[in-house]
Amino acid sequence: MNFLHTDLTTLHEQLLNREVSAVELTKATLANIAATDSKYEAYITTMEDEAIETAAAVDAAGIDANNLLSGIPYGIKDNILTKGVQTTAASHILEGFKPVFDATVVEKMRKAGAIGVGKTNLDEFAMGSTGETSYYKTTKNAWDQTKVPGGSSSGSAVTVGAGQVPFALGTDTGGSIRQPAAFNGIVGMKPSYGRVSRFGVVAFASSLDQVGQFTRTVKDNAAVLSALAGQDANDQTTSNRAVPDFTASLNGDIKGLKIAVPKEYFGAGVNAAVKDIVRQAINQLEALGAIVDEVSLPHTKYGVAAYYILGSAEASSNLQRFDGIRYGFRAKDVKTLEDLYVQTRTQGFGDEVKQRIMLGTYALSAGAYEKFFKQAAQVRTLMNQDFDKVFADYDLIVAPATPNVAYGFGQNEDDPEITYMNDVLTIPVNMAGLPGLSINAGFSNGLPVGMQLIGDRFAEETVYRVAYAFEQATRLFEQVPGGDK
Amino acid sequence: MAVPNFETTIGLEVHVEMKTNSKAMSPSPVQFGATPNANTNVIDWGYPGVLPQANKGALDYGIRAALALGAEIRPVLHWDRKNYFYPDNPKAYQITQQFEPLASNGQLEIEVDGEKKLVGITELHVEEDAGKNTHGHDGYSYVDLNRQGTPLIEIVGAPDLHTPEEAYAYLEALRQTIQFSGVSDVKMQEGSMRVDANISIRPIGSQVHGERVELKNLNSLNYVRKALAYEEERQAKIYLAGGVVKQQTRRYDSASNVTVLMREKETADDYRYFPEPDLAPVHISQAWIEQVRTELPKSAPARRAHYIDTLGLEPYAAEVLTQTLEMSDFFDVMVAQGAEPVRSANYVMGEVNAFLNEAHLDLQETKLQPENLAAMIKMIEDGTISTKMAKRVFVAVTKGEDAVAFVEENGLKQLSDPATLTPIITGILDKNEQSIIDFHNGKDRAVGALVGQVMKQTKGNANPTVVNEILMAELQARKPE
Amino acid sequence: MEEEMITREEVMHVAGLAKLALTDNDAAMFTDHLEKIFEMVNMLGEVDTSNVQPTFSVTDMDTVLRDDVAVQANQAAELLANAPEHTDNLIKVPAILDEGGEG
Ligand SMILES: [Mg+2]
Ligand SMILES: [Zn+2]
Repeated sequence: MNFLHTDLTTLHEQLLNREVSAVELTKATLANIAATDSKYEAYITTMEDEAIETAAAVDAAGIDANNLLSGIPYGIKDNILTKGVQTTAASHILEGFKPVFDATVVEKMRKAGAIGVGKTNLDEFAMGSTGETSYYKTTKNAWDQTKVPGGSSSGSAVTVGAGQVPFALGTDTGGSIRQPAAFNGIVGMKPSYGRVSRFGVVAFASSLDQVGQFTRTVKDNAAVLSALAGQDANDQTTSNRAVPDFTASLNGDIKGLKIAVPKEYFGAGVNAAVKDIVRQAINQLEALGAIVDEVSLPHTKYGVAAYYILGSAEASSNLQRFDGIRYGFRAKDVKTLEDLYVQTRTQGFGDEVKQRIMLGTYALSAGAYEKFFKQAAQVRTLMNQDFDKVFADYDLIVAPATPNVAYGFGQNEDDPEITYMNDVLTIPVNMAGLPGLSINAGFSNGLPVGMQLIGDRFAEETVYRVAYAFEQATRLFEQVPGGDK
Repeated sequence: MAVPNFETTIGLEVHVEMKTNSKAMSPSPVQFGATPNANTNVIDWGYPGVLPQANKGALDYGIRAALALGAEIRPVLHWDRKNYFYPDNPKAYQITQQFEPLASNGQLEIEVDGEKKLVGITELHVEEDAGKNTHGHDGYSYVDLNRQGTPLIEIVGAPDLHTPEEAYAYLEALRQTIQFSGVSDVKMQEGSMRVDANISIRPIGSQVHGERVELKNLNSLNYVRKALAYEEERQAKIYLAGGVVKQQTRRYDSASNVTVLMREKETADDYRYFPEPDLAPVHISQAWIEQVRTELPKSAPARRAHYIDTLGLEPYAAEVLTQTLEMSDFFDVMVAQGAEPVRSANYVMGEVNAFLNEAHLDLQETKLQPENLAAMIKMIEDGTISTKMAKRVFVAVTKGEDAVAFVEENGLKQLSDPATLTPIITGILDKNEQSIIDFHNGKDRAVGALVGQVMKQTKGNANPTVVNEILMAELQARKPE
Repeated sequence: MEEEMITREEVMHVAGLAKLALTDNDAAMFTDHLEKIFEMVNMLGEVDTSNVQPTFSVTDMDTVLRDDVAVQANQAAELLANAPEHTDNLIKVPAILDEGGEG
């Protein structure tokens, strides 16, 4: 079976009423993945045995009537650690690596009774925005398999977009949830920094990374975040703020809510059709009673530059542990220790990863630190202050999620700058640690266009409230790949 | 001893392992001598996805050390990463404090040849230790990560030291200060204190310092002194021969007492320091600092002053007793138990030290208990046992036997009861008329002979003081007409 | 602010720091790519950041310090099993020749 037309609430009813058992649902899900994944290539690893075992345990314990996730199959981005199940971060250097512990988010999903069915493809170490840098395979867009799925959470976005699972976990460092969510016409949320534990997530850039989730509907999305969020002793950057039930704020009422539209997000680099569709969506919000004003976030244009310095610098350090000594891939036939390091890393990492490691290493090296790393961190402060000023007067920021809709494979290979500009509209949200959600706002030539809703820090409830009002007014989620409902 | 016509500058960086229960950034136990890798977890191994869990205990001890060294503590603490690849460094970065160390501007008083001098401490910071590599003869090296993540304090001394003797005195004073603060046991042989030294010389009057030479493998304070002395001379010879001292790292070879070239540095290492993004800042409140201050044990100089001024010990005794924290604590417990301080001090410096030297043990590794030894001292003081008997009792005490019970069971109590001693003494006097006459004729030796007979008859158990008293009274009573 | 360009030598230098080997083709490609990235990142220099504090983290928390309580994970066997080479509870690597590392 597929999940193109079933949300968590429907599934939950079916499970509670014993129309279907968790094991039956899981088996059907795995069968559908087996039948369709040659088309999408969303999975690096499927977890047949573990999934059926978990589902049987959930059936034995009984479906939890108060928990929408109980007995629900889901996908896990393969940079999130799963005990005993190969976790590669889509890199050769972690081929065959079996973690000895579960990530906190996986642990939380297990406690909620959700059933992990597989590890989804991604750009290697989550570095990329097309899904093309994976060592293992190239995931295809759910709507058009000749188009990129977006990245880095390519597999998680596509597996939900194509209806293989009702939800999936991803990570977002500079747009890696929101951008592929936009390209696949689904709901993708990057929560506030510190909302969700990073323990057990293969680090890319520690000060920017957050775990989030892909779903078809806003309510499903809010339900998953409610289960994922919370302070974790294993991640000392998680916030101690109380975690509300995010589904509770979904009442469709946004009257009087103040929405800011940053003019920089409708700049020259943004495709005209994308701008049009998002402006129409904003008009829709206004029609629902929101007060909309244009504002300025003047440092937006520096975001990509600052991000590539800071993100690459942190990554260069975080990825040094992959050295072939304690786990994962080790190069064969090495004679000396230096060889072991150099050959393992040279053979183990792909070009995009190497490029960022070198950029980051440079940015931190003697003489460059002040000019690049520190300067970028100062620019980050200015970007964050831009947001603070807007949120002093507004409840929410609304903008396009991406400059373009999904495009063909291999388009920007030789100009990293063009590829990097894909993230210009999503990066500032990571820099400031804000919650950001992408939701389908309409279609351009049959491909989905994402609208981005950006909240103040820890104001996920506002984001969901507005997203839900828009979704219920437009019901765009009923349009799925392969035809309308 | 300085080299003529040259001025020497010595900088010392000292790493000290803290006595915490768990590691700086992971809950694994800190314990010397465990099975390799037994005390490790996924954090210590630098697994993908792990994050540091900063230990409050390490900061408590760091603050304590800062207070003991009179350093200024920063109100906000930040962590940084120092990046380098090495098999004993699993993350390929060390979590340390580069940009804003925990504390700075401390000082330490040293004494060389009777002259006192204050030496500056530039900064101290908390960081993680690395694991341990051992080198096989089979073309492989072997990595044990038990030590990985043990909290260290790095204490960076100011370049105020100008002779190897000053360096030695500084390290000795630092060792003592840290040990008495309770932060570390500071054992160089177990690696819980490690010293990096750098040394440069310049002709007196010259404004330009020579290149710094870094010295490694300094496994004892004596080696530090010897290596620096050798280096001073070696560098002076190069100057005098018209040569140039190069920036080098050299290893001390203790067998031949020379330093040996390890590597020449053309470029500085590039550690790519940057703020640790996995840890938020830590605010160190005045209340926290004051709490730690109340936990800070009394320093060695304060203890010496107390021993001399209040307990009436000689300065030398006070010095010996404060050589280690264990010794000083041991002595303090004895005194607290009511043992007479001077006799206790003499016992600790004499018998106890002799025993430790003989057994090659540290105080805490023995069964010696200060309460038990104090009980023995009190029995000497009140005449229950003689100092001679005490030697047997002490042996029992070192074996952990109870002093009072041992004396009881072995009948070692002195005969002090006049009712028992008087008949024995009068009996002896009855048989030694001549001795009584000799005594009254002023021959003191006669007394000694009589005491000897009493001792012989009582098998040495008579209390000499009581015997003396009764004997003198009896002798006076028997004065010839 | 002067424009920073990255040279092939600098690319080789950072590759060395990062323990990566580059073929001639790699070096040419990465130099070309990094040059393009530098064209972009150089724009940071035009921002006046005097008196601006840097942002290194956006967590809203002070570090929640862990109490100093030791926990024995008892997972040495599992961890060693994941190591490519190990013997007698030790991780095995080709001989370490220098006395490097840090103090
Ligand atoms: Mg250091
Ligand atoms: Zn250090």
